[in-house]
Amino acid sequence: MGVDKSPGDNVITTTLDALVNWSRKSSLWPMTFGTACCAIEMMATGAASHDFDRFGIIFRASPRQADCIIIAGTVTKKMLPIIKTIYEQMPEPKWVIAMGACACSGGIFDTYSVVQGIDEALPVDVYIPGCPPRPEALLYGVLKLQEKIMKEKNSFGNALGFGERVEPAV
Amino acid sequence: MTKIANKETMTLNMGPQHPSTHGVLRLIVELDGEVIQKLTPDIGYLHRGVEKLAEHRTYHQTIPLTDRLDYLSPMHNNLGYVLAVEKLLGIEAPERAQTVRVIMAELTRLKSHLLWLACHALDIGAMTVFIYCFREREKIMDVYERISGARMTTNFFRVGGLSSDVYAGFEEDVRRIVAEFPAHFDTYEGLLTKNTIWLQRTVGNGVISAEEAIDFGITGPALRGSGVDYDVRRDDPYSGYENYKFEVPLGNKCDTFDRYKVRLIEMREALKIIGQALDSLKPGPILADAPKVCYPPKDAVYNTIEGLIHHFKIASEGFPVPEGEVYQGVENPKGELGYYIVSDGSAKPYRMRIRPPSFVNLQAIEKMCKGAMIADLIAVIGSLDIVLGEIDR
Amino acid sequence: MAEDKHTVIMLRARFADSIISAKKFRDEVTVTVGKEEIINICRFLKENLQYNLLTDVTAVDYLGKVPRFMMVYHLYSIPNKERLRIKVPVAESDLTIDSLVPIWKSANWLEREVYDLFGIIFNNHPDLRRILMPNDWVGHPLRKDYPLQGPGREPYKGRLA
Repeated sequence: MGVDKSPGDNVITTTLDALVNWSRKSSLWPMTFGTACCAIEMMATGAASHDFDRFGIIFRASPRQADCIIIAGTVTKKMLPIIKTIYEQMPEPKWVIAMGACACSGGIFDTYSVVQGIDEALPVDVYIPGCPPRPEALLYGVLKLQEKIMKEKNSFGNALGFGERVEPAV
Repeated sequence: MTKIANKETMTLNMGPQHPSTHGVLRLIVELDGEVIQKLTPDIGYLHRGVEKLAEHRTYHQTIPLTDRLDYLSPMHNNLGYVLAVEKLLGIEAPERAQTVRVIMAELTRLKSHLLWLACHALDIGAMTVFIYCFREREKIMDVYERISGARMTTNFFRVGGLSSDVYAGFEEDVRRIVAEFPAHFDTYEGLLTKNTIWLQRTVGNGVISAEEAIDFGITGPALRGSGVDYDVRRDDPYSGYENYKFEVPLGNKCDTFDRYKVRLIEMREALKIIGQALDSLKPGPILADAPKVCYPPKDAVYNTIEGLIHHFKIASEGFPVPEGEVYQGVENPKGELGYYIVSDGSAKPYRMRIRPPSFVNLQAIEKMCKGAMIADLIAVIGSLDIVLGEIDR
Repeated sequence: MAEDKHTVIMLRARFADSIISAKKFRDEVTVTVGKEEIINICRFLKENLQYNLLTDVTAVDYLGKVPRFMMVYHLYSIPNKERLRIKVPVAESDLTIDSLVPIWKSANWLEREVYDLFGIIFNNHPDLRRILMPNDWVGHPLRKDYPLQGPGREPYKGRLA
């Protein structure tokens, strides 16, 4: 929907793009989606010693109010349709972080009921390996996502309805 | 044909994703207004096939799998498993290993109960307790990290003893924990125990009588909150627990508040046990003298041919275990965690069954919550202290 | 010796033809009984010998042996502080056994799990349906002839293959 032609690449639009990107990365609101052990490390990152709040991250319980989903823990085949429903309920723009070995590639559970990596169903932006990753590793992964958001092009145009957001290649 | 209810009941799905952080539990609740008429838990959203996976791994390779079952108390899972395998083999860990196992197990109990208190209080609305408890947990996780290398999934115990000795400075760190924590517990009690809102939300809520609790197979603090005196550490002792003096607290009104009080007293008793264990920690070997099972010391591996051969065989094929079956129960912070291992004489278990305490405890939730309101249901789930990693395995 | 234990003596006195064997291994007593009288034996154990806590219900698949499955019940007596294991062989041709839910309510979900993962049917169970696998799953995963990675995927051949 909207006009397909993007506004162009002059200095005004790129500054506006940078403004929009900066505001989005500084207030990432993830949805609490912890399934297994990585969820505990995610909670520990949000709590006392390693604080998430200083990065502007507030956990929201409802997918309609979140713009990022951190898949922390093993994804089973029984759970996969629910994750897809939740992802579809999130409004654009949205990003996906796969936290832990189980979300990246199935982890140590190579069995009949485990999905071998959440990227079979969702487009993942950042992979954080570890079993479970330390809170510092999770924070580094979130910082990497913030860098990725800063590099996006045409975010202001897309917010107004002109053209699509161009995500960086890597 | 669908059954038509004669009153207008509403079916509410408290789906696998919900903010109270107990994991992927789905509750299908039939409500008449706000009063619960019927409650059906739906589990299996975290079923990873650990029991089948264990049949394809050697006994040592299964120890990291057991860490991830009840991920809040990983050392207890390890402990139950290695005790069961040691029972099958007929070997016993040396005294120093047993004392360190008791210290780490009781630190794990503290860690798990702190998280229980944090989440239970958070569900009911007390966010301050959540932040304070996580701050205390960080201190215990520092000890975990220095002794085993990982904050959560430690993989520290081995069949026959420990994987490595304690670090220099272990005793000071743990003694500091024993000295400082009672003041923190007083803070939590001061925030919660006489708080009017807490009392209104928890007293008289989620009542289950002693006979029904035993009939439902509930174990652990949920059973002791109903007044039944059963604690595996005292009644069926393992790993040297018969040498320590500790009280087993009991409740008498069988409600959520009693379960809360039982766990708070258990935390203080855990500190006492740690103090006694530290006093009785003597130098000595940390692995049993069973060359076919435990890794020989490094200088024997490098300098003698038998040490080299044993190390190679244990690392590549695993060690064979005599045929038979064994059941070992340990007192997890959630209840009685049991391991039933059937061996057919090879290096891999033929069947490993994990008896999860939270699975059996969760069955009673319909009994506890029928006729209560939705808000009470949240408090009861918190007081049962369930971990989905253990329920679904 | 298993025969010295009080429980085994009382069981042999009352249910002599149902008892197949009684063994003791590493201080644990295991009694193997036939499945016809399992309800009466368990009621006797609960009411007369005070085994009031049903700790665990599970099964083992001995593929290649007859009978193929073995149901295993772990009991504990809180007043007497004693454990007992009861094993009941179930043949593949008649994959049913009586449910113990009328005696101990904790058997409800434990038997549902055995049905889900092994396929053993429990007579008179109030609510026998799958509990851990999705409702439309085909097959019983913990059987020995079910592949570890599931029927749709290639089995893992090791990292050097």
